[in-house]
Order: sequence, then structure tokens, then C-alpha cells
Amino acid sequence: MSREQILNAAVMLALVAFPLWAWATDEPFLITLTTKAAILALAGVGLNIALGLGGLVSLGHAAFFGIGGYAMGVLASHAQLYDPILETPFLIEGTKSMPIIWLVAITASGLAALAIGALSLRTSGVYFIMITLAFGQMLYFFAISWPAYGGEDGLSIYVRNDFPGLNTLDPIQFYVIVLALLAAVLFLTSRLAKSSFGLALNAARQSPMRVETVGISPYRLRLIAFTISGMITGLAGALFADLNRFVSPTMLSWQTSGEIMVFVIIGGVARLFGPVVGAMLFILLEHLLGGLSDYWHVYLGVLLLLIVLFARGGVIGSLAGRGKAHD
Amino acid sequence: MTEPILQTIGITKSFGALQASQDISIDLRPGEIHALIGPNGAGKSTLIKQIAGGLRPDAGKVLFRGEDVTPLGTAERARRGLARTFQISALAMEDTVLQNALLGAMGAGGTAFRFLRPALAQRDLRAVAENALELVGLSAHAATPTFELSHGQRRQLEVAVALTLAPKAFVMDEPMAGLGFEGSKNLTGFLDGLRHTAPILLVEHDMDAVFALADRVSVLVYGRIIATGTVEEIRNDPDVRVAYLGEDA
Repeated sequence: MSREQILNAAVMLALVAFPLWAWATDEPFLITLTTKAAILALAGVGLNIALGLGGLVSLGHAAFFGIGGYAMGVLASHAQLYDPILETPFLIEGTKSMPIIWLVAITASGLAALAIGALSLRTSGVYFIMITLAFGQMLYFFAISWPAYGGEDGLSIYVRNDFPGLNTLDPIQFYVIVLALLAAVLFLTSRLAKSSFGLALNAARQSPMRVETVGISPYRLRLIAFTISGMITGLAGALFADLNRFVSPTMLSWQTSGEIMVFVIIGGVARLFGPVVGAMLFILLEHLLGGLSDYWHVYLGVLLLLIVLFARGGVIGSLAGRGKAHD
Repeated sequence: MTEPILQTIGITKSFGALQASQDISIDLRPGEIHALIGPNGAGKSTLIKQIAGGLRPDAGKVLFRGEDVTPLGTAERARRGLARTFQISALAMEDTVLQNALLGAMGAGGTAFRFLRPALAQRDLRAVAENALELVGLSAHAATPTFELSHGQRRQLEVAVALTLAPKAFVMDEPMAGLGFEGSKNLTGFLDGLRHTAPILLVEHDMDAVFALADRVSVLVYGRIIATGTVEEIRNDPDVRVAYLGEDA
């Protein structure tokens, strides 16, 4: 095993052991905190496919995070009021079932990513950053001005949604669901990175001309990567809304996009576990420093600055060394 | 006369007042090396871009194996078997030599959109890639990250990637650039045999290589082809001597 793999295993172990310890010592708050970290990590894992593998600096991933959140909010709010979403031309009812909510969240955020990506990927560099930001903000203001689902105040759900065979209101059981999803997505992402598609996408980041001259369209590679990336971040959004039993336009704001990017950069761009480490560290800092001062982001800023200046591979990069070429 | 594999008919391209290509008609026939020479700024790169894709001519057509490929992009022409190598190596530097070659095999096989099977575990792709590396003599470096290769080895890898496409024609932009004497000599020997795999349209500054390799030479000056012929004819062409080789040559 390489040093990075050992590090990844240690992180995974911590994600299992810490909540178990919290459960044994009856500290449900710490379980919830870890759940939040795992969900934000999942959002980062999504972004890392676009940012790390594809080199696509998207400042609009809050759009997918928020769409996932609103997919949950809309379905669950209709279900709790027994009020169908649509009656004509055919009946669509709300639902409290997590698997269905996830499916809707993934589909909706995937379609949004496909549409936003199809337009944004015609640009590159700073223009790409700006246009993704613009799409994100468009959705943010749309959510604020859409009174049917709470507008600026957001939308509350009374009880957490259901998962067959589990009591989702029990923090440790909800955490098991989140961790299982995170582990599954991490596994699929590691496969994706080593697949033909991953190889081509990664090459398109380094030398688009090379990819084109062997007959592969970089645009197509990037659009698919951006869509997959949006789908994963959308799933994370649905889970995040379920964790809080609340969804609001804040999830769609550009600050959220920035935070997701911060997870990836702190942990390590293009590193499989980079966003996981980044999100864990973020939540840890928020918890520890947030108690000391409302302005804890100052310290986060300093940390980010140090990492960008002195550790380009993020935490994983500094601990595990340079990445081998995807082996 | 055999049917040309690659052909331009009356290609014209201007950038503002500058006429970079004026009514250029050249062709590439099976089994030959056709060298394109010309002084700096003659419009060689512009012509290559129009042939390989990436730049649309204002007028004229590019025919590849009888098909009008003028409206097609670089990727589509590559899929039809037009392999291009670059003056400045365009390789995925962080990836290994084998991964770069695999990329070509994936492009040629249309298998770039496989999402879960590890690329390195696909035997069909590996066979194509490893075979190409073998041909250019890079087998021993398959696992080496590309940025560690010497300049000459990167050139070889460029050719290997082109070979994985099972090309019907090569378009090579200054393959000898930056190679030392020994390197040029080796690559010249290699390209000499390669013409039987597929014909080569060769843009080159190294006159020793051009005169050693070319079956035909075309001379491009100020966006116009002023002469096309065998090495001997070109050497003795008075226009070429004046415009390019220098009057006292």
C-alpha cells in the first residue's frame, strides 16, 4: 500500500470509530457533527471530479447542492401536507422515502449540470469560473423569489425522511446511511479515475490538443464529468437538507460554492480523500474556533493561505507526497 | 497515377490583410514522404492547421481518402485516420508513457467512454499501446512519467501515440526540432521505414532530413507554393534558390 492509501484507510477508520465512540458515550451531538462533515465531504467529492480530474474550476456547485436540497424539500413538504405536487395531466405525489428522494435529487441536479455545463464549457479559465458563478446566483435569486417553497425563509420538514428498516431520526442510524453512501461514491470515484474515461479526462486537463488529435472530444469528456460531478453534489444536498430538516436559498449561495471548493483545496485537489479530509477539518475548525469567536473564518483564511502557498497538494499532498500518475 | 490519400484543393486563408494561404493545392500519395519547406512566416503552420483541423479555410477543400473533411474538427479527422504530431510536444506530462499511448488506442477504438473498467486492465487497448511503444523503442520506459523523458524520447512518444491510431496518413510538424545530431539521425531512419505504414506530410526545417527522406518537396513562400518536385528538381529550381535557399546557395 502507498502512503496515500494508508492515510485514506486511517481517515475511513476515523469516520467509523469516532461516531461509534460518541454513540457509546452518549454524545449524539458529535455524531451529528460527523454526519455533517461526511455530507459536506460527499459534496466535495462531487466537485473534485470536475475540479481535480477535469481541471474545471466551478464556482457554481452550490446550484447542484441546492437543487438536491430543494428536491428533498419539495417532495417531503408535499408529502407531509398530503398535497400532490401535480394533479393534471397526471398525478405526482410527494414522498418521504429517502431512496426516491435521492433518485430525484440526482436526476434533477444531473440535468441542471448538463444544461449549465453545455453552456459554460464553451468558455474556459476565468470566464468559466464567472459563468458557473452566474448560473449559481441565478438559481439562488430564483429560490429567494419563489414563494411557493418558503422563498427567503426556506422550507422546514417536520420529521426526517424514511429509509426502509432504519429509524432515521436516530443520529447513528442516519449516520450509517450517509457513511455508506460516501463510501460507495468514493469507491466509484476511484474506479472512474482509473478508467478509460478518467484517463482521457485527466489528459484533457493537461493537454486538450493531445486528446483531440487522438479523436476524442475534450468538450464531451468535460460535459460528462461536470454532469457526474453535479449529480454527486446534488445527492449530498438532499442529505444535507435531510440532516437539518430544512432547506433554504443559503444552500444555493455562492458562499456555499466557495466552501465546497475550500474543502477540496484544504484536503487536496485531485486526491480521492482530499475533500473528506478537507470537510472534516473544516467542521473541526468551525466547532473548535467557532466557540471562541464569531469571526473564526479569519483562522480558516490563514490556514487556506498557508496551504495554497506551501502545500499545493493540500493536507493529503503534504502527508502522502506527490501523487503517482493514477496508479 | 495513384489516387492521393490526402489532398488540398485551392486552400485560401487570410488574417486581415495577411494572406497566409493562397490557393494551395498539394497532395500526399500512398507510400511517400512529402516534405513541406519554407522560410519562417511562410504559412506552414497555418496550412497544417487547416489540413489537420482546428482552422477552417476561407475557400478551398481538404480531401482525406476521397472524403471532403473541410467542415470536420480535429477529433473527427483523427478518428478517420489522420494522425498529427506537434512541433512542441503535446503530451499528458503527468501521466506515464504507457498511459499516453493508451490514450491513442482509446481514441482509435472509440472506447474513451468506459467509466468503471481500469484503463490499464484492458488487454486490447494495452496490446495496441505496447506495440506502438515497441515500434518506437520506448518499451523500457512504459511506466516512466512523461515529464521525465528526454526531448528526443518525447518526440518518439508523439510518434508512438500517432501510431496507435492505425493512421492512414501522418501530418508531422517539425519532428526533428530540438533533436541533436544523433537524435535526428535515428528519427530519420525511423521515418524512412514509416512511409510504408502510412504516407507522411512532413513539415521540417532540418534540410539534411528533408533531402534524405522526401520523395517530393513543396516549397511554401509567403503563403504560396512556388515549386513542387523531387529533391533534385527543388535543389535546381531557380525560383527556390532565390526565394528560399538564398541566391548564393
